[in-house]
Amino acid sequence: MGRNEENIVLEVRNLKQYFKSGFGKSKIVVKAVDDISFKIRKGETFGLVGESGCGKTTTGRTIIRLYKPTSGEIYFNGKLISGKLSKEERLEVTKGIQMIFQDPIASLNPRMTVKEIVGEGLIINKLVKDDEELTQKVVDILKLVGLTEDHINRYPHEFSGGQRQRIGIARALISNPSLIIADEPISALDVSIRAQILNMLNRLKKSLGLTILFIAHDLSVVKYFSDYVAVMYNGKIVESGRPDELFSNPIHPYTKALISAIPIPDPLFEKGRNYITYDPLIHDYSKEKPEMHEILPDHFVYASESELKKYKESIGCAK
Amino acid sequence: MIPINRQKILEVKDLAVSFNTFAGKVQAVRGVSFDLYSGETLAIVGESGSGKTVTNKVLMGILPNNAKIERGQVIYKGRDLIGIDEKEWEKIRGSEIAMIFQDPFSSLNPVTKVGKQISEIFILKHKMSRKEARERSIELMREVGIPEPEKRYSQYPFQLSGGMRQRIVIAIALASRPEILICDEPTTALDVTIQAQILNLIDKMRKEKQVSTIFITHDLGVVAHVADRVAVMYAGKIVEYGTVEEIFYDPKHPYTWGLLSSIPDMDMDVNEELFVIQGAPPNMLYPPEGDAFAQRNPFAMEIDYKREPPMFKVSDTHYAATWLLHPKAPKVEMPDMLKRRIENSLKQRRRNA
Repeated sequence: MGRNEENIVLEVRNLKQYFKSGFGKSKIVVKAVDDISFKIRKGETFGLVGESGCGKTTTGRTIIRLYKPTSGEIYFNGKLISGKLSKEERLEVTKGIQMIFQDPIASLNPRMTVKEIVGEGLIINKLVKDDEELTQKVVDILKLVGLTEDHINRYPHEFSGGQRQRIGIARALISNPSLIIADEPISALDVSIRAQILNMLNRLKKSLGLTILFIAHDLSVVKYFSDYVAVMYNGKIVESGRPDELFSNPIHPYTKALISAIPIPDPLFEKGRNYITYDPLIHDYSKEKPEMHEILPDHFVYASESELKKYKESIGCAK
Repeated sequence: MIPINRQKILEVKDLAVSFNTFAGKVQAVRGVSFDLYSGETLAIVGESGSGKTVTNKVLMGILPNNAKIERGQVIYKGRDLIGIDEKEWEKIRGSEIAMIFQDPFSSLNPVTKVGKQISEIFILKHKMSRKEARERSIELMREVGIPEPEKRYSQYPFQLSGGMRQRIVIAIALASRPEILICDEPTTALDVTIQAQILNLIDKMRKEKQVSTIFITHDLGVVAHVADRVAVMYAGKIVEYGTVEEIFYDPKHPYTWGLLSSIPDMDMDVNEELFVIQGAPPNMLYPPEGDAFAQRNPFAMEIDYKREPPMFKVSDTHYAATWLLHPKAPKVEMPDMLKRRIENSLKQRRRNA
């Protein structure tokens, strides 16, 4: 991609993740992720958007090795991390990539105290010498996410949804990871809590220089939060670009439909709006194979040669 | 805008509901009053636990056993629905007041064909023959936008996508031609593109069939799209209500300000911080004294902790429960970010018009 090629933290190359179910005649292969490639630079927030079932969560989970990819490679800090790894290499990956989950209730063990939950990563990775140091580090990180020292010996059920998500974020941050995968970190929270968590993530991102893979379906949040956005549809990245460019100048018909469907809290606008519907059948890929093309600097679109020509003409007219 | 001669179809007066739990008595709804006029869409907005779903469960007579209606009236066609027995409820539920639930995955019977779930209503409520009911169901499925309804008729819910399932749920709700349709977060479980289709469908059905709609949601974008009037709920009470323009362009309650500005809009810059409502909603086991929002309200005054604010009148259709509207209160403006956003969008609309 045209962005700075240095300091690439994560590179995904031709990743495919298929799931098989059934036997014989009823055998079904679900192509959850179907040949996607992208790079994330250091300090960048990479937003991955798409509707449910498009494969965005699967992508995140494959990166942290929860699934074995069907084919394709994942490079983390220049090292291949998909496929078989030795124990040391695996520890390095699990230390370097942390995840923030969607559901703050299901993702915290109800029988562990906050200290155990947050400190577990430090113990496993042998990053602390004794209990005193562990407590100190946990307290420091809790303060960073807006919790206090008193919370350290409590259990998850004693916290509200927003506070639980803060615990989940503290757990992800404590081992000082090079990459954080945030899978819909605010969509399970209440509206009035969302802004708190978003502001906090934004502050942390700037002060700690975090690199984040931000997976979400809410376009306005992704636009606000990301430095680079990729739109996924049906297992493929159909368009990617810088958020301002992508949202003001969408090219792929699916991106257009998606952007036209974002509900906006403005009644006069909403009452008169037109939705664009997307019909995947408009693409005729029987003769020409579609590929990712850089149509404008840093702006990629998934299209066949003839479609690309058409898209190019359409932006030519607009300008 | 609501013409004054519009007919009031439903009137809720000072409704209060509590739940008996092991931990104690949870006061979920604490004195809610609103009217529904015929043909309009009233949106009830609030976060989870604010009592919006419980209020509407009262209207359907489907409160769980541990709930108790403390006081209040629900007047529908000149009759109080509170205290009527189950037999009478059966006549109203579904045929007069129908409901669309949040989750299309769990509100359909998984072991019954979807067509049968619709035709059941024609057979039971309208005493049609099986054949007639089948024809009517297929017709209705076509109306709600299901392609090849003859084929879909004999499929099971798991064979349909989320959007299709929600269409079936809407068809079921409309089958008995209700007067009032309650939509409880009908699109929360769906994707944005599907959400747009379902919202348009509900709107089209509302116009065609002349039903009054109560729309429960926490998504203000959805509210802006569907609502004629909006009621904002917090901690079991309505804190502000008005027409959709009044709520979005001239909000008066600090909680409404917070809701409106807590989500980034499409023109927002990363370096701009979102306006945040601090803290979390109160525990309704022990509702706080005075204004329930006072602890989270940056503009709270001493009186907020002592006495609950009454509904102050802003205009004939716009009311808000906050002491800030009292003539003696200091003048407080809405957050700058929100003000700018409203000005921008009004300017843009004017330019387009």
